[in-house]
Amino acid sequence: MNVKPEACRYAQSHEWVSLDGASAVVGISDHAQKEITDVVFVDLPKPGRKVTKGEAVAVVESVKAAFDIYAPVSGEIEAANAALAGNPALVNQAPHGDGWLFKIKPSDPKEADALMSFSDYEKFLKSAAH
Amino acid sequence: MSVSSAPRRTPLHALHSKAGAKLVDFHGWELPLQFSGIIKEHQAVRAACGIFDVSHMGQAAIEGPQALELLGRIFSNDAARLAPGQAHYTHMLNEKGGVIDDVILSRLAPERFFVVLNASNAEGDLAWIGSHARGMNLRIVDRREGFGMVAVQGPAAAKTLACLLPGCGDLARFGAREERLYGHDVLLTRTGYTGEDGFEVAAPEPILSRLWENLEAAGASYGLLPCGLGARDTLRLEAGLLLHGSDVDPEHTPLEAGYPWVVRLGARDFVGKAALERQKKEGVSRRLLGVKLAERGVPRPGGGVRAGGRLLGTLTSATFSPTLQTGIGMAYLPPDVEPGAALEVDVHGRAAAAQACALPFYRRKPT
Repeated sequence: MNVKPEACRYAQSHEWVSLDGASAVVGISDHAQKEITDVVFVDLPKPGRKVTKGEAVAVVESVKAAFDIYAPVSGEIEAANAALAGNPALVNQAPHGDGWLFKIKPSDPKEADALMSFSDYEKFLKSAAH
Repeated sequence: MSVSSAPRRTPLHALHSKAGAKLVDFHGWELPLQFSGIIKEHQAVRAACGIFDVSHMGQAAIEGPQALELLGRIFSNDAARLAPGQAHYTHMLNEKGGVIDDVILSRLAPERFFVVLNASNAEGDLAWIGSHARGMNLRIVDRREGFGMVAVQGPAAAKTLACLLPGCGDLARFGAREERLYGHDVLLTRTGYTGEDGFEVAAPEPILSRLWENLEAAGASYGLLPCGLGARDTLRLEAGLLLHGSDVDPEHTPLEAGYPWVVRLGARDFVGKAALERQKKEGVSRRLLGVKLAERGVPRPGGGVRAGGRLLGTLTSATFSPTLQTGIGMAYLPPDVEPGAALEVDVHGRAAAAQACALPFYRRKPT
């Protein structure tokens, strides 16, 4: 799988969302994977779990620290990336591709509109605020 | 020296920046956390070779007719056992037997010694050493300014360094000698902080960049990688080596830390001896043990270590072991906890199954 970073929406906590029909694919940004450093474990939510926007739903662990991953939109978990159990380094190698984390079926497809566009996210990264 | 808010930089800082290293603050020093990736760097050291900028470490020469007398008084290991050309690991203790610092002491000549101190302790160490040296016929040369140090570590360390210092392979483990490099005096020791064969080269500032770049070139065909603090920490923790300030400190003794061999009681008197003799007789009430996760997850320093839900201690160091592919750590635990005992470790808000184990986690295969 590959999504264009430019086509994704971004949360301030560095998750990206790519709307794919009725599903929202979620991963972490290239900036985030670089900050996190080598990912060694990923704990993902189980399909069927109802999640609320902003809720901690996954954990990405690197050699240095553990990072909570927040649901960028509300809805129901549809799928989790099973490949990460055997190869968590995919998050570093292909954050917008095979390193995706999970898919959500959004309860309100418009909710993603409130997230940042790619250019806004880039500006956000450059600002001292993050 | 005054405490400044601006981070200190080593003479190799410009090279690290140019190489794209991720830099972090470490006890007031801006040092590389990683160059190409912690795990990749870690594996390069286990399989081939890695170089580390350890110029933040404190260096001092202690020389003179009473140097040995001073060192005998302030260190737990017996400096008199060092022949010229030898180095050893030793602890500087307070009166309670607590560890003020853990250092490498080299004897270069009968009355000439060289000590490498932890960066964050160097200031206090030198004051402590100075206070015990008062009135003694010796001199202490503070080499924290104008000098640096590069560690060359891994099974290919000797053949890499031999390109610059031919014959370095003759040096015994924990051997120490002065060499000439690029027209300057350097101190070469066969020591390290990774659990692999390796060397540390203490050199004056003007030749450090050349040393670093030539090592990179010499080791490139062996798979040498420049390494940062991230790999340094995972490597030393796998090897069961202590990090002062985390695993051992002025509140813990070498006996509690599981390093009885750095304590030479003998006939000599030294600071902390009485406390250690007492502790040896009475037994320790806690000891540093390894903790290995039995399930997924990465333990972190400060995480609780429990047995049947009861808190026994907290992790002093903890990380993911790239070699064992599992979470590892160290904790002070009651002496009745034996290696093999079932434990739980607090990992990111849950209790993960773990096991107590003897240190080290990793021992290199004899060559």
